[in-house]
This record gives sequence, C-alpha cells and structure tokens, in this order.
Amino acid sequence: METVVIKNNQNIPLASIPVSDYEKFLLVNTSFVKESSFHCVSYYGVAVPEKLRLICCMADDDHGTIHVSSSLVDRQATLPSFTAHHLSFEKFEREIHENFGIAYPDHPWLKPVRFPFNRANHQSTIAHYPFFNSASEELHEVGVGPIHAGVIEPGHFRFICNGEQIMHMEIQLGFQHRGIESLFLEKKKLLQRATLAETIAGDTAVGHTTAFVNLWESLCNYTPDEDLQFARTLALELERIAMHTADLSALCTDVAYQLGSAVYGRLRTPIINYMQIWCGNRLSKGLIRPGKLNFPFTRDLGDQLSRLLDVYEKDFNEVSDNTFRLPSVLSRFEKTGVVTHGQITEIGAVGMAARMSNVRRDVRATHPHDLYAKLEHVPILKHHGDVYSRAQIRREEINQSIGYIRSLLRDIPGESKNRKPLGLPKANAFCISLTEGWRGEICHCAITDEHGEFVHYKIKDPSHHNWLALGLSVRNNEISDFPVCNKSFNLSYCGHDL
Amino acid sequence: MIEDIKIVMHQGKQFIPDVTAAKVPGIFRGRPVISQADVDEQALVELCPTGAIRSNPFSLDLGKCTFCGECAFANPEKVKFTSDYKLATNERENLIIKAGEDKPMGLNPDKIRKEIHEYFGGSLKLRQISAAGDNSCELELNACGNVNFDMGRFGIEFVASPRHADGIVITGPISENMAQPTQICYDAVPDPKIIILAGTDAISGGILAGSKALNRTFLDKYPIDLYVPGNPVHPLTFINGVLELIKSRR
Ligand code: SF4
Repeated sequence: METVVIKNNQNIPLASIPVSDYEKFLLVNTSFVKESSFHCVSYYGVAVPEKLRLICCMADDDHGTIHVSSSLVDRQATLPSFTAHHLSFEKFEREIHENFGIAYPDHPWLKPVRFPFNRANHQSTIAHYPFFNSASEELHEVGVGPIHAGVIEPGHFRFICNGEQIMHMEIQLGFQHRGIESLFLEKKKLLQRATLAETIAGDTAVGHTTAFVNLWESLCNYTPDEDLQFARTLALELERIAMHTADLSALCTDVAYQLGSAVYGRLRTPIINYMQIWCGNRLSKGLIRPGKLNFPFTRDLGDQLSRLLDVYEKDFNEVSDNTFRLPSVLSRFEKTGVVTHGQITEIGAVGMAARMSNVRRDVRATHPHDLYAKLEHVPILKHHGDVYSRAQIRREEINQSIGYIRSLLRDIPGESKNRKPLGLPKANAFCISLTEGWRGEICHCAITDEHGEFVHYKIKDPSHHNWLALGLSVRNNEISDFPVCNKSFNLSYCGHDL
Repeated sequence: MIEDIKIVMHQGKQFIPDVTAAKVPGIFRGRPVISQADVDEQALVELCPTGAIRSNPFSLDLGKCTFCGECAFANPEKVKFTSDYKLATNERENLIIKAGEDKPMGLNPDKIRKEIHEYFGGSLKLRQISAAGDNSCELELNACGNVNFDMGRFGIEFVASPRHADGIVITGPISENMAQPTQICYDAVPDPKIIILAGTDAISGGILAGSKALNRTFLDKYPIDLYVPGNPVHPLTFINGVLELIKSRR
C-alpha cells in the first residue's frame, strides 16, 4: 500500500505513513484527483537528515477519509511535478520549491509564494517579483498595492488590460509573512500556541483555533466533553454569520448600494457584541482553548442568543429581500466574475469558492468534527460561479446557520464538572485536523518527536487554493468590477502568507 | 424606494450618541486592576503567553498583553479586568499597569506635540497600514466608521492615499516584507504627520514578538504619538484615544 487511510483528527505513528519511490508517490496522488470526490488538502516538505520527506494528504469526500503518503527525495532534487498532471497541486509545489529549492522543470509557473524568511534562495526578494509580462504595445498594465485604498491587508495585484477589459491578473502575496509555522515550534507553552492559532487569520480566530485544539487533543488522546464541542460548533457558526454579514455589506458598498452597505454593516454588530458578552472579545479571541472552556455557555446566554437571532433574522431578511431584488444590484452581481465548475475542479478550490460552482466541498458534511455529524449538514450549492452566486451562498448560509444554532440551543450541554486533564502529546506521531471555517477548509498537520514535542507544523488556510480562483474570475471583466469580484471572495492575506 | 424607506424606518437610530461615555456590553476585558495581594507571582509570569507580566514589583504591560484573560482566571484575587475601554496613551511606560493602581489611563498633555491640536483639532485624515496585521484590528478600525460608532462625525476618517493623510495608523507586527512599503507610505504623507500604533501586535509584536520574519526598525526612527492597546483594539478605545490626542490643547 502506498497510502495510509485515516479520519479527520486521527493521530497515527509517523512510521505508519508509507514511504514510496517518488514515481509511485506521484502516480498514486495524481490518480486520486481523477475522481471528483478527491482533492489535496495539504502537500508539503519536511526536512529530515540529509533528505526531504514529502507528505501528501488527499481527502476522499465520499468516504470521509484522508489518504496520507510520503516520499523521501534529495534536498536539491529535480523532480517531475504533480502539477503537470493536475493544476490543483500548483501552489503546493511552488511552496516546496520556494522553501527547499526542489526544481520542477515541467511546472508551468514556478513562482515565489510568500518570500518566507527561511526560503531556500535569498536572492529572490519581494521587491523583485517576476511578473508575467505581455510585451505588447496594445495592452497596458495596472499595478495595485501592496497597500490598498481601504483598511485591509496588503497584497499586490498586477493587471494586464486591453482598454477597460482585464486580460490577466497576477496576484503577488507574501507581505504578511510572520513566520507563524516556525513560531509553533519555537513557542513551547500551550497557551502561546493557542494564541498563535488565533492570529493565523484574526478574522477566523474560531476556525483556526478549533483546528489547532482538535489536533492537539487528538495527539493527547483526549476526547473533549460535549460542552467543549458545543462551544466550538456554536462559535464557528456565529463567526460564519458575522463574517458573511460583513461581506454582504462590502459587496453592497462596491456596487454603490449605500443602504445595504449600512444595514448589513450594522447587523454584524449585535453578533460580534454577543461574542463579547460570551467571551469578552468581539472577534472571539480567548474563547477556544484545548481541554478547557474559560467561558461556559449558560442557559441564560442561550436565551439571549435566541432573542438576538429573532431580531437579527427579521432585519436580515428584510434587507436581503430588497438587495437581491434591486435591478441596480443584480446587474452588477449577475454574470460578473464567473469561475466555471471545470475551473474550480481543476484548481482544487474549497469552501464557498467551490460551492458557488456546484462543487460539493464542505468539511462539515464530508469530514465532520465537533457536533457537525449531529447537525447532518447539507452544503448549499450554486451553479453559476459568479458574484451573484457567492452573494447568494452567504445569504443562504446565514439562514442555515441560524437554523443550526436554534437546534443547538434546544439542547445545551451542562458544564462538565469533572473535566479530565489534558495529557501529553504522543511521541513520533502525525495528526491532521480539518475544520470548515467561514471561508472554507482549514487544514493543520503536526509531527511530533520522541518527546512528543512538535518538530513540524503545517497550516493551510482555504485562501491557499482560492486566490487563483479570484485571478481567473476577473478575466474578460471590466477592471471597474475588480473590487466587487475581490470582495465576493474576500480571501485572507495573512492566512496565506502565514 | 418604498421598500428602502421601510428599511430605514425599521432600522431607527443605530449610532451611539456619546462615544466617550458609552458602556460596552458583556465582560469586555479592558483596563486591568492589580491588587496588592501576596500571591505566587512567578506562576503568573510563567503563565502569560507574551511576557506581559513581571514580578518584583508586579506589573502588567498592556503593550504586550493579548487580553486572553488567563492570568485573571488563574488568580482572580490578583488580576481583574475592568470594562474600562479607555486604554490609549502617548507614553509607552504608561501602558505598564502596576499593582495597587486604579486610575483612568490617558494621554500626557505635555507630551502631545503642539501642532497636533493646531492642525488636526477639527479634522484628522488617516492612512492605515496593515503591516502583517491579522485582519482583526483592521476589521475593528473599519467598524470605527460604521453607523454605530460613526467616527466620521468628529472629522476623523481613513483615506485612500497617504497624500491625503495627516498620519498613519499601523496594525500588525511589521513583517520584513512590509518594512519597505511601510516606509514608502510614511514618507508620502505630508508634514506635519502623526504615527498611531493600533493593537498589541503593532505596539510590541504581541505573540509574534521575536519572529525572524519581522523587521520593526521603522519604529526606532520616529516618535509614536499614540499607543492603542487591544487584541484587537475596540473601536471605542481607538476613537477615544484619537479624540484625546487631537482635542487636548497644551
Ligand atoms: S491577559 Fe494579558 S497579562 Fe494576562 S495572561 Fe493574558 S496576555 Fe498575559
């Protein structure tokens, strides 16, 4: 067997991951993606004495399993790429190239990913990114960023346009690189690591921290009490509601629908203020912790939340009915920024960016964690892959999340009175944790040494896959539609740059 | 149109009438109060994820604190977080809260540059630089301008270009990869100009302090006009801090 088959949040001995020849390793993993139910959730390199171990994790959404395989290659090897077989590996291989100097001669686009401080080639610097150049006298280029006009994170977009029409857009990232994966090894205290997880992407504090604590608890062979799982599930759905609402506000802003922008903008306030009522922080920092819950969820908090949702829902539906009916909004949303079903499967997009093009990818349904198995989540799918589909998904997912929260609130587990202490993480183990954040699939992987200490930590934000979807969406659109396309994806810069 | 008017009616008034006296809902972790209780201080020093707590004498540095609240859970007798959100100050040392202190924080008026009130007392345009910020402070700075907090009523706004700005607001710990863009942006702001650090990551690096991917040398070159602690900063903390900065007359 070339792979070991595991479940989400399962830990296994590192030695149980098969090591194959690179040719076999390539064949196995690139054959998986021929099935639409498979996609790559993480693929990365781990430095081992004198060699590089490549580890590939392929999720099988039909069976709720993950196939993990590996191969040992020379540090400066020249290898045939996975990408030549399936484009969805392109970013992973660029990362391996950037971090370790592995050469892939048949990779179509072996460009820097994030200019990490520990990159293999220090001659490659962020100020000298090799942009694609059309060398045409008819076409012109537009550069935007890294610092943008709004209060948002930095990244550089380079457009090649024919008049108003975008032919091509290249996205240069890396400005946000903070060395988070290395910090996971350097900072040894558990509280430091939970705090780090909260800052991977501060707008997804619950999502990333849930991935981390589930992974940590699995490594410690610790089954979280139901009240912990309840809090994580509830907080994930509240984070989804808050961020989807903010995104709908931003979408209205970009099509100049002022009322929608103001009303959605203010509707986010009661949700995040509720997080402050529950855990003292509007962005939920401090709430999710391994093996404990500093802010028990009480019956009284439940009552407050149901009253709040009743009021929210009424206002939300009123403004949504209007927004999604206005010709001036629809004409800007519909058929703008289309990414086809074929393109999405090809690039391996996840989360909303996949579901908008009828690709059923949602960890809550396919690899459920915490209380999602109980909720029997059915992903909401759209078919057109345009801004309108992405806006609709948010609207409908908000209503769906409200429904889930109501059903969770019917059965609030009491605070566990004899919480087991967290043990120590297993030695020489591997663990993978998938969580469906509001943007999509989050994946954390860890490897421990003979003392149970982290020797490797790998983080993947959904934005890792989805930035390319944004790049494709703007082709042949007017450059003036770029902002609304960008907002409709609302991808993470820091989650990507790490 | 009729539908729009209905929505406006149903929304009613959403703004906070007095942002200087508003109460925050819930258990917001604001200005801490530290008692003189004799406790195992070393245990708290070791607990804190960012080294914000020091012993002998006991103090808590809001410039490093991530407001995780763990110290207060571990030892409620020693550390209590109040809901006082007025945390901004213009002197780095003032962010360090000492045992036995329970007085409002604020700016030292003697240290506010004279031209700030003169030039910006009635209007302040800011250019925000997210220098490896995690998008939580950025979301809260955006919220400052929404219909609830409505910072625009004081003439304080974020603008698109440094050329239109009177100063910069930095969020994030400043990555190596953002060091040059930060400098270029600051240089493009016309004089006189101010620098505000918003959030723990910007003030000290927070949990990211010590990472080899950071380059914080920009901060050694210029005086900082305002420190706004928070993880992320609360809109009321930011607005009150900025108001105090531009309204104080020396
Ligand atoms: S609340 Fe602040 S001082 Fe207390 S442990 Fe957390 S980071 Fe340290």
